[in-house]
Amino acid sequence: MAEEQQQSALTPWDIVQIARHPQRPHTLDYIRGLCDDFVELRGDRRFGDDRALLGGVARFNGRPVVVMGHQKGSNTKENILHNFGSPMPEGYRKSLRLMQHAEKFNLPILVLIDTSGAHPSMAAEERGIAEAIAENLLVMAGLKVPIVATVIGEGGSGGALAVGVADRLLMLEYAIYSVASPEASAAILWRDASKAPDAAKAMKITAHDLLRLGIADEIVAEVPGGAHLDTPTTIQHVREVIQRHLDELSALPVDELRRKRYDKYRSIGAFQEAQTAVVSAGASST
Amino acid sequence: MKDFLRRTPRYFTSNRKSEQQIPDDLWQKCSGCNELIFSKQFQDNAKVCPRCGHHERLSAAEWIELLLDPGSWQEHDADLLPTDPLGFVSPKDNYAKKLQNLRESTGRQDAAVCGIGTIGELPLAVCVSDFGFMGGSMGSVVGEKIARSAERAAQLGVPLLTINSSGGARMHEGILSLMQMAKTSVALARLGEVGQPHISLLVDPCYGGVTAAHASSADIIVAEPKAHIGFAGPRVIEQTIRQKLPADFQTAEFLLQHGMIDAVTPRAELRAMLTRVIGLYNGRSKTEEQALVARSNGRGDGLTGYEEIYG
Repeated sequence: MAEEQQQSALTPWDIVQIARHPQRPHTLDYIRGLCDDFVELRGDRRFGDDRALLGGVARFNGRPVVVMGHQKGSNTKENILHNFGSPMPEGYRKSLRLMQHAEKFNLPILVLIDTSGAHPSMAAEERGIAEAIAENLLVMAGLKVPIVATVIGEGGSGGALAVGVADRLLMLEYAIYSVASPEASAAILWRDASKAPDAAKAMKITAHDLLRLGIADEIVAEVPGGAHLDTPTTIQHVREVIQRHLDELSALPVDELRRKRYDKYRSIGAFQEAQTAVVSAGASST
Repeated sequence: MKDFLRRTPRYFTSNRKSEQQIPDDLWQKCSGCNELIFSKQFQDNAKVCPRCGHHERLSAAEWIELLLDPGSWQEHDADLLPTDPLGFVSPKDNYAKKLQNLRESTGRQDAAVCGIGTIGELPLAVCVSDFGFMGGSMGSVVGEKIARSAERAAQLGVPLLTINSSGGARMHEGILSLMQMAKTSVALARLGEVGQPHISLLVDPCYGGVTAAHASSADIIVAEPKAHIGFAGPRVIEQTIRQKLPADFQTAEFLLQHGMIDAVTPRAELRAMLTRVIGLYNGRSKTEEQALVARSNGRGDGLTGYEEIYG
């Protein structure tokens, strides 16, 4: 098939370049394209308002939702404003606030993931970037409303997952999602960031890899060459796929929704287990 | 020993002949102050330097021996073995081979040990990371052990103690490693729903995806003195922001000052602190608590020399 031929023609490193293309549609393009009546809700009510992670309430296909995502820029000026899409702790605390807001008003949550990771800085560490991410993971695990996350460009590390514990994870065809950016992975593995193309290959970070590994639920097709060549068509594809998943999730009772989310994440991992029985757990529980 | 000879000896002089008569393991060098310590004294002190108070790394087995009541430990899930889900091969690296070599050289299967035991006669589930195996990195096995420990704690209605020391996610398992952060979090969220506390002990060093998941979402977070704890490594931060970092950056004391942890507790006091905490959440009465203290004073900790350091 044409799609497979094209996929095989692109190396993982090529796909990384498409995922990071400055003209690629970013979160605000999707929010404007997918939603009406967007009202941005700003600030974490603790410290500040992070422009690298934006969100608010809006109407998606007529239905009120909470929508949020990492915001990258298309040029240097925008990138400086949005800190290249790398949030600080206050960004994650704002997203936490928005998620709890969604739960309070029983609104589904749409998340758009596009970051190379949380911002590594002294200020981020001082204000507890690790705690901010950890708290989001814990709270998302138990939320009583449907969550659909879509990786629109780059899904980088804990900074992406911090808004990504979703009931459904969708990936654009040329999006990537990885435990660390290819540069960081190469630096950690081989102390040489210039080996990023090798890392991109070894780490299995493309949408097709993630679908195969059972992490992504569906790949949203892009136009040949990438979303930036025809943004309206790409956004229309995203709209259709999100709507379908949202309809399925909205039909579930809350308990089942949460149980399925639990099972989805609880079952991720690859290991062997010998046949020997586990020692009885009740032995010393008094 | 070569390093030692390069320094000016302060306490005794040595020549080749006398050095040969000293068994290799009689003395060891503290990695905090570089002083030689009598090995037995160091071991008896739970690997805390009697001179400078430096806390040397402990293996998972040593942690269990140090903190749990003698004879109470039951290991679970020891038969979980890592696999190579990505078929990770690069010009410089081969995960499957690496795992095999490490299994042979360390005798361990992966970077965590979990099970149940008692502290101060109260049962709890425990998961200890082992920095000696691939830097305590969290791949599928470590994530599974933490998740199972949380589920076990919820099922038994007992607290969970995690002892965390890790470089972060295991790169070789790629996205599956990242997703372990979500896996441990869903299990811990359920533990929270049944009202049992998760206590996280942070041990030097603790970074990346472990700090940004279960290690920091605990109900009570305790760190050892001077332990380095953070999300991004200091080298990465210096390169990104071209700022010089303060000397105490990302230390336990720094985190305490910034409101990120509940206590910085020396190793010598950990067992007493955990006993007290678990007793509080268990609803044990003060009388029982005092009776327990009386009993455990009689038994002793098996640790000596703490008074000399901490008074």
